[in-house]
Amino acid sequence: MDLFEEPQPDSNSPEFSVSEISGAIKRAIEGEFGHVRVRGEVGRVVLSRLGHLYFDLKDDRNVLASVSWKGQVDRLTHRPEEGMEVVATGRLTTFGPQSKYQLNVEDVVPAGAGALMAMLEKRKAALAAEGLFDPARKRPLPYLPEVIGVITSPTGAVIRDILHRLRDRFPRKVLVWPVAVQGAACAADVVRAIEGFNALRPGGALPRPDLLIVARGGGSIEDLWGFNEEAVVRAAAASQIPLISAVGHETDTTLIDHAADMRAPTPTAAAELAVPVRADLVAHVDKLQARLSRSVALALGTRDQRLRDVSRAMPRRDALLETPRQRLDNWAERLPSALRAATGQKRLRLLEAAGSLRPGLLRRMTRTDLDRVAALAGRMDLGLKRVLRDRQQELGAAARLLRPARLADAIGRGAERQANLLRRLSERARRQQAERADRLAALDRMRLSLGYMATLERGYAVVRGDGAVVTTTAGARGATEIEIQFADGRLTLGGKPARKSKDAPDQGSLF
Amino acid sequence: MTAKPVDQMTFEEAIKELETVVGQLERGDVALDDSISLYERGAALKARCEQKLKEAEEKVARITLGADGQPTGTAPLDA
Repeated sequence: MDLFEEPQPDSNSPEFSVSEISGAIKRAIEGEFGHVRVRGEVGRVVLSRLGHLYFDLKDDRNVLASVSWKGQVDRLTHRPEEGMEVVATGRLTTFGPQSKYQLNVEDVVPAGAGALMAMLEKRKAALAAEGLFDPARKRPLPYLPEVIGVITSPTGAVIRDILHRLRDRFPRKVLVWPVAVQGAACAADVVRAIEGFNALRPGGALPRPDLLIVARGGGSIEDLWGFNEEAVVRAAAASQIPLISAVGHETDTTLIDHAADMRAPTPTAAAELAVPVRADLVAHVDKLQARLSRSVALALGTRDQRLRDVSRAMPRRDALLETPRQRLDNWAERLPSALRAATGQKRLRLLEAAGSLRPGLLRRMTRTDLDRVAALAGRMDLGLKRVLRDRQQELGAAARLLRPARLADAIGRGAERQANLLRRLSERARRQQAERADRLAALDRMRLSLGYMATLERGYAVVRGDGAVVTTTAGARGATEIEIQFADGRLTLGGKPARKSKDAPDQGSLF
Repeated sequence: MTAKPVDQMTFEEAIKELETVVGQLERGDVALDDSISLYERGAALKARCEQKLKEAEEKVARITLGADGQPTGTAPLDA
């Protein structure tokens, strides 16, 4: 463009077309602001249907329109969110058709670590409130996994460290799922890998791991940011396969660490958590084997020893018989001599006894006995007489005590009492008899006044037909013989001639 | 004893029971006949443990992914 090719006569100022000036401005702006970092608060954010991201950056006075094209959006360290304080990196450009200038954003990072941490805390609190970090959710790691799935970059120190430590401890089958461990693709890659491993079925073409390790080396908080993404945290929490997170160094904590079943401070530590040390286990098994053998040998040995002890304590048969046998021998030895000695003693005693047996001695003994008999006979006579005399004296004394007069008195008193009682008895009997006679007469008088005989005295009569009392005329007509009783006797009509009653009044007085 | 056959046990199951068996035998309060069968059980468990320990084989593979990010197979890993 030649600005001075055609100078205008009325002015020295050059003349631009709109496009010319737009182009000039574009060049000026892009030349001056080809690479800028702009700090501001994110305003309205719009994602167009074509995948471009439009947003505003603003401070208290001005607004800067910003845009990230589709290809750039995925590479942004942070997706801008409304209200976020960020530093956007990019270049300023213009949009001639709308007379606009705008910032083409290549990256967005939160403004300062403080802002980033604040956002992280907010997200952490929200996820914790959902229970994703609940200790009860955590699954135990398998003691000895068969297949370990490692989610990390396939190149670099991390995978080498893990494989190296696994080889040292207990070589295992390892499946590495390659992922980008930083940048915009990181979170999506990791989510896909966790879900992909979980989607593997046992017995499929790829063996399903029984343990997952998500690993990444140390880096800045921005480098590790992908492991703070909500999708990654959710995928780790949802993993059916136990998961160890080993992201960054010991001091770096990302949100996936909270959702993982176990957090390892480093990738190497993750390998140590994943498998036990084979050599230790071999030694342990060998030791158990030795203890097994020893304890069985010991059990047998103890019983053997007990058997031998008991056997030893059981005396031998010969020993059992020894003493009795010796005693028998001893006594058998002494038997003949004892017999001889006993015979000798008896013979000696016999001789002694026989020596003192003489007729003279016997006679002397007999004489002594006879003398004793005579003496006793004399004494017996005297004794008998004395006993007799004593008894007679006792009888005499008793007889003197017996007096007939006292006996006679007693008899007299008895007879008197008897007579007296007899008299009282007869008197009482007589009185009772009289009382009874009076009562009987009274009763009979009452009987006579109440009986029908008294009625007859007043003019009534009793009619009997054939011996039974008749009370009706019909009864009287039917009878063959009628008897009428009056007070003074009976009159018979019809039948046999009337018989003169000889009946006196039924009974008289007893007296 | 355990219903699970020894040859289907994991290493951890086998070594746990082996430890139990050894402990029982070492206490010495098992009858002689039982101690023999316990010993045999222990020997089987120990064989299972050794078998699992022998399976210590390193085999590392890298999953290859298709354009859609889904696994298509494995390839050797050059770490």
